[in-house]
Amino acid sequence: MAMTFHIDIVSAEDSIFSGRAQALFAKGELGELGVYPGHTPLLTTLKPGQLRVLLQDGSELNLYVSGGILEVQPETVSVLADVASKAEDLDEAAALEAQQRAEKILEEQQSGMEYSQALAELAQAAAQLEIIRRRRK
Amino acid sequence: MSSEQKIRSKIASIKNTKKITKAMELVAASKMRKAQEQMQRSKPYAKKMRGMISHLAACSPEYRHPYLTTNERVDRVGLIIVSTDRGLCGGLNINLFKEILRWIQKWKEQKVEVDLCIIGQKAQHFFQRVDCNIVAVSTKIGDTPSVGDLIGAVKVMLDSYDEGKIGELHVATNEFINTMTQKPQIDRLLPIDISEDQAKETQAGHWDYIYEPEAKSLLDYVFRRYIESLVYQSVVENISCEQAARMLAMKNATDNADDLIGEFQLIYNKARQASITQEISEIVSGAEAV
Repeated sequence: MAMTFHIDIVSAEDSIFSGRAQALFAKGELGELGVYPGHTPLLTTLKPGQLRVLLQDGSELNLYVSGGILEVQPETVSVLADVASKAEDLDEAAALEAQQRAEKILEEQQSGMEYSQALAELAQAAAQLEIIRRRRK
Repeated sequence: MSSEQKIRSKIASIKNTKKITKAMELVAASKMRKAQEQMQRSKPYAKKMRGMISHLAACSPEYRHPYLTTNERVDRVGLIIVSTDRGLCGGLNINLFKEILRWIQKWKEQKVEVDLCIIGQKAQHFFQRVDCNIVAVSTKIGDTPSVGDLIGAVKVMLDSYDEGKIGELHVATNEFINTMTQKPQIDRLLPIDISEDQAKETQAGHWDYIYEPEAKSLLDYVFRRYIESLVYQSVVENISCEQAARMLAMKNATDNADDLIGEFQLIYNKARQASITQEISEIVSGAEAV
């Protein structure tokens, strides 16, 4: 029997997943990171991107998070996502459209609030598209 | 005849009003169910967040965040008021406002100024007339608010706390006890007080997290999120309260309309009977005369 830890994935408006898992892979602020049982306590912010959870039965849960906080405790791991959705629920057309819109704003504007907002949107759309593409393979 | 007609038109108008109140009651009932679901769904996040904050308070970090330490001297406090956008929900708002006025009075006696941040139109109209410093207003948030709708208003308060303008931050909202009862309550958000039972759960010790990136910017982010989630929770709870209160108020109005219709129907019948009796007696006396 593989070692497992308890994992809770919640977003501000919903609870996504709660159960035992063997490992978790996420895109942290400073780069990709993997969490296995017995990880030292860690607190980090998440970048928009994929969140993979290796469940107890060996199957994999694929999620998209738009950002959030990852907390690792000796026994439990919590993911507090801003927005989280299952990879299969992602809408490719909407993501593409968002990407194009953000790119357009970036071209027209050089600074200010809208610029940074568009940058964030672009990162989110790109992350969504990447997950969709990876799923296709 | 004229009094009969008057009563009849009165009954008709009450019947129309009753239709409206009945419809509003049903709408509020279904909206309440949705609002309660939303309230339930947002609970796990808030719970996790609280857990994480109590971990943070229990560990011995390299960096102590200002949100966790109490200010010794406070000469200005902030209050976030969560109210409804629309009326017709009984005494929900006014009970809350009375509580708030008492609370403000208490601070003023200690020579402490109060800054208000207002969510919801009802509070905006009410507190414009009260001598208070309103620093932020957010209205028309709808029945299903997202966290993004509230961030702006909350940010103003957090910024002024960071700058040291206000020494404490509180939130005033209605607590949803059940469909029949809602209780106004004012809670302290900042500085964060970790209740003792929570602190007991997590062993205090000489451990610390690994922070990525460095502790200060990360904790800033985490605590901001925490406060935002608390305010979001309050708003969602207040919407449940609003719908429940409206349902109850509209149910009472419908019942009252029923009572009124019954009363007027009785008066109408009596008036009708009297006029018939009068006509008969007129005819009879007329026939006798012939």
